[in-house]
Amino acid sequence: MKRRQAALVVRIAVLAALVILLEISCRTGTIDPLTVIPPSDMVAAMIHEIGSGELNASIKATFSTILLAFVLAIGLGVATGALIHRLPRLCDVADPLLASYYSVPTFIFYPLLVALLGLGKAPLVVLGVLSATPAVMIGTLSGLDGVAPVLMKLARVHRLTPARTFCWIVLPAALPHPFTGFKLALSYALIGVIAGEFILSGTGLGYAISFAYQSFDNPTMYGVMLFVLLVAVIANGVLYVWEGRLARRRSRG
Amino acid sequence: MNAQSQLSLSEVVRRFDGPPAVQALGPVNLEIRRGEFFSIVGPSGCGKSTLLDLVAGLARPTSGSVRFEGEELHGQVPDGIGVVFQEDASMPWLSVRQNVGFGLRTSGLPKKEVADRVDHAIRFMGLAQFADHYPAQLSGGMRQRVCIARTLVLRPRLILLDEPFGALDQQTRLLMGDELLRLWRETGASVLLITHALDEAAMLSDRVGVMSARPGRFIDMVETGWPRDRDSRVVSDARFGSLTGRLWSSLRDESLKAMGRVA
Repeated sequence: MKRRQAALVVRIAVLAALVILLEISCRTGTIDPLTVIPPSDMVAAMIHEIGSGELNASIKATFSTILLAFVLAIGLGVATGALIHRLPRLCDVADPLLASYYSVPTFIFYPLLVALLGLGKAPLVVLGVLSATPAVMIGTLSGLDGVAPVLMKLARVHRLTPARTFCWIVLPAALPHPFTGFKLALSYALIGVIAGEFILSGTGLGYAISFAYQSFDNPTMYGVMLFVLLVAVIANGVLYVWEGRLARRRSRG
Repeated sequence: MNAQSQLSLSEVVRRFDGPPAVQALGPVNLEIRRGEFFSIVGPSGCGKSTLLDLVAGLARPTSGSVRFEGEELHGQVPDGIGVVFQEDASMPWLSVRQNVGFGLRTSGLPKKEVADRVDHAIRFMGLAQFADHYPAQLSGGMRQRVCIARTLVLRPRLILLDEPFGALDQQTRLLMGDELLRLWRETGASVLLITHALDEAAMLSDRVGVMSARPGRFIDMVETGWPRDRDSRVVSDARFGSLTGRLWSSLRDESLKAMGRVA
């Protein structure tokens, strides 16, 4: 525990040092304020932008899209992952495809998605789902592979129905693995949606950043960027803590 | 079949469809008396675990019949049979108490009754201090006790154990053997123990069946003649040595066959 705390202190110190270095560089003019504004100004800009309420609609649009994409990705990923796992032949076909999926920039299909689905929420959700689902599938597959055969025998000895076997044995036994997939899926959904808004959408935080960028409005751009970053870190942190709680029970030696 | 017989196997054969098709077991005939402690020893790969799967109702025999208390098993797990596996089958996400109670989750018994039975099984297996621990915090021997306790709450009339102490060190195994004898005496259940340890079989059992190399058949039946209130101290009895010796002489040729050598 001591060692973990020490690592935490050093980690925070390194991050703080980098932020302070950036602040000093901007204040002394080493970095042109037209390129990067000082971090303290970014925080002030963020508080101003969020506080003004002008972004409320964008915040709602973006995060509801991300949440929808994330939830769909989990549902779809777990379901298809479980299905593929049941069918070994399908698994043989799908395995290399899944493994190489992330070498394909899903993003380049965005124009096609817009052409097919129009300029609303739909192409963004699809983009988020496309980026996030395979991570969940991979996590689900490795989780199901990791369920000890003896536990499946146990389920039969206790005459559990398939549904109960899944809820009481398979799911809890497999859970740590899909969780890694869930965390990645959240990041991928966020990246997919915000980047989608950035290039071709007329709403959302991605669009707000892009708009500020094109109008040389640095404080707004950095303020919104910082906000997105904070939300992403917090959301991932929540999943991380939750995962840690699940894992700790199993490893407390 | 006589009235005393609790489990009876007649002409049981188990074949695995190939390629190549393998006859794993049989034909096997066996009667286990109510309250008997019966062990099976045999060379590795002789079909011991296959036999256990058939008795537990986890698999169907290719031909022949398995009867438990007069009822024929049709590949379903019967009431009254508890199984303890070789591998660690404790559930790492549940505490010891929840693990032990797992067996009764579908029982529909009143809460009070469930709690009483779980408490009793936990105390019986010496796990009282560890009731709220998780399996990862326990030693291998303790985890196997958890699995035994989970079987006990169901009050089985026949307990099947598939090399339950295989992964444990020698001292722990002797002590677990004593626990098993105490459990057998106090519950009155019959025990069918599968083991590769000849001394374990000689020390614990009323009767030991020796199996041949694949396809497994019984080639010897040894009555140990131990009193019911025995414990691991029988290892210093002169008869223990001669029993173990007899088992080994029956088994030696078969073990060589299983290793691919001519006896």
